[in-house]
Amino acid sequence: MVDSVQDGPDVLYIDRHYIHEVTSPQAFSGLRKRGISLFRPERTLATADHNIPTQHQELPIREKLSRIQVETLSENCKEFDVELYGLGHPHNGIVHVIGAELGFTQPGMTIVCGDSHTSTHGAFGSIAFGIGTSEVEMVFASQCVLQPKPKKMRINIEGALGKAVTSKDIILYIISQISASGATGYFVEYAGSTIRSLSMEARMTICNMSIEMGARGGLIAPDEITFDYMNGREFAPKDADWDSAVESWKLLQTEPDAVFDKELYYRAEDIHPMITYGTNPGMGTAIDGNIPKLEEIPADEQPSFKKALEYMNFVPGMKLAEHPIDYVFLGSCTNGRIEDIRAFASLVKGKKKAGNVTAWIVPGSKQVEKQAYEEGLAEILEQAGFEFRQPGCSACLAMNEDKIPAGKYSVSTSNRNFEGRQGPGARTLLASPLTAAAAAVTGKITNPADLL
Amino acid sequence: MAIEKFNILTSTCVPLPAENVDTDQIIPARFLKATSREGFGENLFRDWRYDKDNTPRKEFVLNSPEYSGKILVAGRNFGSGSSREHAAWAIFDYGFRVVVSSFFADIFKNNAMNNGLLPVQVSANFLKNIFNEIEKDSQAQLEIHLEKQEIRLLSTGEREKFEINAYKKLCFLNGYDDIDFLLSKKEKIIAFEQQRGG
Repeated sequence: MVDSVQDGPDVLYIDRHYIHEVTSPQAFSGLRKRGISLFRPERTLATADHNIPTQHQELPIREKLSRIQVETLSENCKEFDVELYGLGHPHNGIVHVIGAELGFTQPGMTIVCGDSHTSTHGAFGSIAFGIGTSEVEMVFASQCVLQPKPKKMRINIEGALGKAVTSKDIILYIISQISASGATGYFVEYAGSTIRSLSMEARMTICNMSIEMGARGGLIAPDEITFDYMNGREFAPKDADWDSAVESWKLLQTEPDAVFDKELYYRAEDIHPMITYGTNPGMGTAIDGNIPKLEEIPADEQPSFKKALEYMNFVPGMKLAEHPIDYVFLGSCTNGRIEDIRAFASLVKGKKKAGNVTAWIVPGSKQVEKQAYEEGLAEILEQAGFEFRQPGCSACLAMNEDKIPAGKYSVSTSNRNFEGRQGPGARTLLASPLTAAAAAVTGKITNPADLL
Repeated sequence: MAIEKFNILTSTCVPLPAENVDTDQIIPARFLKATSREGFGENLFRDWRYDKDNTPRKEFVLNSPEYSGKILVAGRNFGSGSSREHAAWAIFDYGFRVVVSSFFADIFKNNAMNNGLLPVQVSANFLKNIFNEIEKDSQAQLEIHLEKQEIRLLSTGEREKFEINAYKKLCFLNGYDDIDFLLSKKEKIIAFEQQRGG
């Protein structure tokens, strides 16, 4: 913290700033209008991810506005001296996937990006949150943002996870318990034995979706799993620097007597494979469960509930299992990492994609793509009838051509099931990579535990 | 560079009682391809406002000749989801200067304030009363008095105080801009860097 404004926000120094093509152009224009340069360009890293095709990336982008936006990013990065991992670069990928895999994200840092899923980086014990474009310009100009102090919440999860239950199910379960606005105004720490047992990629999935319950950010204290993951990564400290960095990172623990504004406790055994049925991520249930009946919903929430089910063409009280689906999307900053592709491939191996399903498997980065080929996962997917594409945000927000048609059901490993999120009229069911795989081979909503 | 100055606004309202209105509804991702800040109002609430063939949907409030004004009144948890500032730009560009709701998502609230769009958070009860009054008379007016931090329903005289942090209030009253403020802190920022580095 650099300074405090009286009766106002704090001036927070930013260690790492990620940018992409969609939320940065207006911030660069702002600098130009003011006639100033980037204050600390070495702290900013750029990638093109939101608005790029996931096929034929070697060719010019066909859609004119998308092409101009991606080209504008290249021109801006050149003019303002920002490192860019553009389309086709071996480090290109979704901003929240590459930041971690390159070791640019490190414990204890303050990290921002013009993208709400910046909370992903909290998995490393960093303070990471999404900002708007005006704030992107503030970071460009001063390497700082103005932040009010958030309230603190801790969510504790204890115990061992059941069969086919993944970190995606944990976070969908939490959001279903506290609602899509249940953590607004808070920064959340995830703790407990269940969280400690998770890999870094699984932890990133949880922190990633903190924003889906309204939280500004979510974080997990770093430990040996964190340090093992980071060791040797491109931008991670090396040799003697590494040892001293690990020593300082080990200190990033919540004090035992720390007081939180709110504290929640859950048991891992209560969590089952989850799926959403509505139009916000809080509308989720165990996959073998039913959509709530109307009378189970508080009176003032019933209009929204009805509107959501109407959009989804579901009825209150209905069972979800066995409901036919049309599309499967594996990817995004939530579940586009190598472990996600491994999980999906492990379930579909030796099986065939159902005839009624169109499936897009989109790696989160060039490195993930490369690794999937090296590990033979791409081959397993292709043999089972799946299309393995090139990296990008893709059908998570459907800004490029990867749109789910109106009225179609999509089981998606992404993070939002808002109306039209995956294309106008598209009906999204959020789930884990295993649940997406189970739906892909059966053509209907299926508990992955039954297929493992 | 500055935001538009704001102190007192009296206006009719556009009611949007839906809850959890996310930024994908305010401005769908496919309209985020522009590289400037202007013109997003055209696609504000695009998929609620227009049919697939671009015919305006009569039942949507922005297409109703009955409702107009500079104040958007919305259900709770307005602006959730994506951090896209385009949502705030679209609402401002359309002509709104205030959004009233009983609860705002954090990032949207910041984005709105950084663009001279004032988010006014009221109690659930007050919000209900506003919707009731608008239903009774589509020309019902609200007065927003920033200096006093007060919102008033003109038809009933009912009023409520609202919160805004003192710094942001000053920015609105004077049209100040955060970037100018941060640039004025450069020396402190450099001192902070040196202190940490050493």
